[in-house]
Amino acid sequence: MAEKEEVKLLGIWASPFSRRIEMALKLKGIPYDYVEEILEHKSPLLLALNPIHKKVPVLVHNGKTILESQVILEYIDETWKQSPILPQDPYERSKARFLAKLVDEQIITAGFVSMARADEKGREALAEQTRELIMNLEKELVGKDFFGGKSVGFLDLVAGSMIPFCLERGWEGIGLKVITEEKFPEYSRWVKNLEKVEAVKDCIPPREKHVEHMNYMGERIRSA
Amino acid sequence: MVTGDVKLIGSWASVFVMRARIALNLKSISYEFLQETYGTKSELLLKSNPVHKKMPVLIHADKPVCESNIIVQYIDEAWSSYGPSILPSQPYDNAIARFWAAYVDDKWFIALRSILTARGEEEKKAAIAEVEERTDHLEKAFMECSNGKPFFNGDHIGYLDIALGSFLGWWKVVELDANHILLDETKTPSLFQWAERFCNDPDVKPLMPETTKLAEFARKLFPKPQA
Repeated sequence: MAEKEEVKLLGIWASPFSRRIEMALKLKGIPYDYVEEILEHKSPLLLALNPIHKKVPVLVHNGKTILESQVILEYIDETWKQSPILPQDPYERSKARFLAKLVDEQIITAGFVSMARADEKGREALAEQTRELIMNLEKELVGKDFFGGKSVGFLDLVAGSMIPFCLERGWEGIGLKVITEEKFPEYSRWVKNLEKVEAVKDCIPPREKHVEHMNYMGERIRSA
Repeated sequence: MVTGDVKLIGSWASVFVMRARIALNLKSISYEFLQETYGTKSELLLKSNPVHKKMPVLIHADKPVCESNIIVQYIDEAWSSYGPSILPSQPYDNAIARFWAAYVDDKWFIALRSILTARGEEEKKAAIAEVEERTDHLEKAFMECSNGKPFFNGDHIGYLDIALGSFLGWWKVVELDANHILLDETKTPSLFQWAERFCNDPDVKPLMPETTKLAEFARKLFPKPQA
């Protein structure tokens, strides 16, 4: 008889990093327990499991702790083989990893700084920087439904959780138009595709609450 | 399987380039090394890595792969039947190795570099303290990963050994610059001994830059402000 698998995820509803893990688990049909953390009051469990970074997401699988969202995604893909999220081909894998790194390093930084700037000129300059970076993703989507081809993959989860379902909500809140359908037709088509995938749709933070939250975070940074 | 021509764009002094070269050595892959000239970026580099314009870039059968840790993984996967495995085989060990490799780049290296860029004694002392704290974490990581074996990866060098070990040349240079021991035999004994084993590994030894030469290069890269 199979041993009961323990899969627990510590996350935060507004965090793109924990949302992408939920999407992956749902895509693979893996049941899990979810623990909602509060940014300002991190639980003793979180601090014990992630003493170095004290961040979400944290995945606990049969007593083993896995940290860092992209590391967790790769772990999930290697452990549960159904509905693979990383491409099979080594070169395609390297491209997916490269662009995922671009999202989680340069794109997130430019994106958040654009929201943190109080002056319009500064915001627009950073918006332009962000657009240039996102153009790399735009080019990658030509002729594809998803970055993963016919189905959602690693880069879809990383970029999807971060850009349309996080950064865009922040930009909406401050009235900054960064991505237009005109300049980013492939991206816009991709977002519509993503919204039709149940595992993704079910894990997107509720829009109004999220926009409000991003506004609040932006205010805090701008007034700091 | 594709055995196309293999080229690597890089420099003798770069930690990140060394990672790719160690991985290629481990798999016994012959490649053309395209040395960049300090201060300029070749057309091939700019064409192959238009996003970051940085080395290393691995070009395999005309397809470019960028970012050192991504290149190492690529080498392991593209030549999986050659030589030893670079990434651990078990998903959990893999996750641990990836976590710490990210820590090395995002936290530890940043602290090390800030010793070289520190302005004044106070900043330098603070940077040194941070490196010591983070090196201590790596000592614990070594105990956790190696499980009594000689390397992070076990019996032979692997992903995390390469990620951290490639810094050993610069680690010594920063020690000299700071006039302070940063890899202490008594404070972090396991790491200290691992470092010696790593540097003596036949796939690493020919690539490790000579300290004096690297220190001279460091002075060019991180000039001291004029008094």
